[in-house]
Amino acid sequence: MNTTMRARWYVYAYCLYLLVPLYWLVNMSLRTRGDITAGLEVVPLNPTLGNFAEIFTNPVWFTALGNSLSYVVINTIISILVAVPAAYVFSRYRFLGDRQLFFWLLTNRMAPPAVFLLPFFQLYSAIGLFDTPLAVALAHCLFTVPLAVWILEGFISNVPVEIDEMARIDGHSFVFFFFRLFLPMIRGGIGVTVFFCFMFSWVELLLARTLTGSAAKPIAVVMTRTISASGIDWGVLAAAGVLTVLPGLVVVWFVRRHLVKGFAMGRV
Amino acid sequence: MQANTNKAWLGVLPVVLLVAFSAVIPLMTVVNYSVQDIFDVQTRVFVGFDWYRETLRDPRFVDALLRQILFSSLILVIEIPLGIVLARGLPREGRLLPLLLVLLAVPLLIPWNVVGMIWQIFARPDIGLLGAAVNAAGFDYNFTGVVTDAWVTLIAMDVWHWTSLVTLLTFAGLTAIPGACYQAAMLDDASRWQVFWYVEFPRIRSVLVIAVLLRLMDSLMIYTEPFVLTGGGPGNATTFLSQYLTSMAVGQFDVGPAAAFSVLYFLVILLLCWLFYTSVMGSSKGPDPYDEDGL
Repeated sequence: MNTTMRARWYVYAYCLYLLVPLYWLVNMSLRTRGDITAGLEVVPLNPTLGNFAEIFTNPVWFTALGNSLSYVVINTIISILVAVPAAYVFSRYRFLGDRQLFFWLLTNRMAPPAVFLLPFFQLYSAIGLFDTPLAVALAHCLFTVPLAVWILEGFISNVPVEIDEMARIDGHSFVFFFFRLFLPMIRGGIGVTVFFCFMFSWVELLLARTLTGSAAKPIAVVMTRTISASGIDWGVLAAAGVLTVLPGLVVVWFVRRHLVKGFAMGRV
Repeated sequence: MQANTNKAWLGVLPVVLLVAFSAVIPLMTVVNYSVQDIFDVQTRVFVGFDWYRETLRDPRFVDALLRQILFSSLILVIEIPLGIVLARGLPREGRLLPLLLVLLAVPLLIPWNVVGMIWQIFARPDIGLLGAAVNAAGFDYNFTGVVTDAWVTLIAMDVWHWTSLVTLLTFAGLTAIPGACYQAAMLDDASRWQVFWYVEFPRIRSVLVIAVLLRLMDSLMIYTEPFVLTGGGPGNATTFLSQYLTSMAVGQFDVGPAAAFSVLYFLVILLLCWLFYTSVMGSSKGPDPYDEDGL
């Protein structure tokens, strides 16, 4: 049991390593610009919410947050809609070129976004989608769709194929079976997939930055532009950082019970 | 068991169309550019493999590639064992577990430029806790000026950012192992190392393959975090492939060379992932989980 306790202490030590930079971010967000440059304060002596107030009184931040959330939501919806039927088919049927197609889908997950910068820019400009959340959502499908198909295929393969056959013998139509019986059965898997699509679309910046101009700027980009406009205001920057950490925290709190089960059942 | 029908293609059609739009068209555009010299829309010359030859001879490309491989190797060597150790240290149940899992998942959900920003304000010698503490301890530490400091900071940041993914995956694999296996090992008086090697490792092997593959491909694409933290410096010491490519494609408008670079870059990632996957899957290393004599 001694070694078990030692392993537990490694975990606590690592959690401390995770927390200290986050603590420093919060610490900085509670201090003024002059206060930060004046010297190091391990605990803020004059904590202030002024940095947050500055963000909340500036409409640019709200629109940017709305932009970010809209492309993340659109991306998640598109990914789920196309990935569910594909994952079902990959799990249940053999057809011409199925293995090759599956592996080809996965290779898209290996494509570096930097490779797609230029062609994406031209493609979405040509069809008039440049600077819209839809363009970013479609571009992010590059890595969220293969991932969604991969995860869902794992979940669907865990549902016994006898269920499909029983529904057919009972005389249910395929549409009834699929929407009323099958989808509720894999809702845990869909939840996990939503989590991963949300996660990878929310944290990506390179494509989001390239495919948006002034109208659809995501929140992470507004952050970097605010810096260059007025010199570096570390306090406001840290406050914005705290605010971008929060949505992730909320999402992970809601899925905490399913997180490990999802990881274990699916492929990811 | 599995019905064989080509009607099933209807189910994958939406995915194929979407991926064709968002991946095949752009990729073909890149391949098309990589074999032409483009002056303007009307004037373009077919140049064959010239851009590829030029890219492979470009010392900056070769340096960036070597740095990239060094970086990916280092973070794999650190993150995979550390992730396994942490996953084995996590409690299997109890009130503390959800809290630890949420904490572990937090770095995964922070936008990548914010990750860079967090480490920048944490490591700067003037305003950062880490930078100030290390300097106060007597080490001369400055990640924007010294190459080794920049690398150490980058790797510390990547470990902070991504080890949780390995831990969560491994933990999921560990929880799926039936308790009877552990009891059998206990009866046989197996050491902790033997439990890991004979009981746990064979059963989490597939999940570890996924963890290594994800970390390998994602570390090969790293862009935003070093861009924010070090800007590729000092000099070019932390300029990896994506960053060099982006500066070529956006900064200088060298469409042809950038396209050839892109194709080579994508091929390098595919090759490395394929090499890893086939070498692991081809030789079944580690003991057979159902080998009764293994213990």
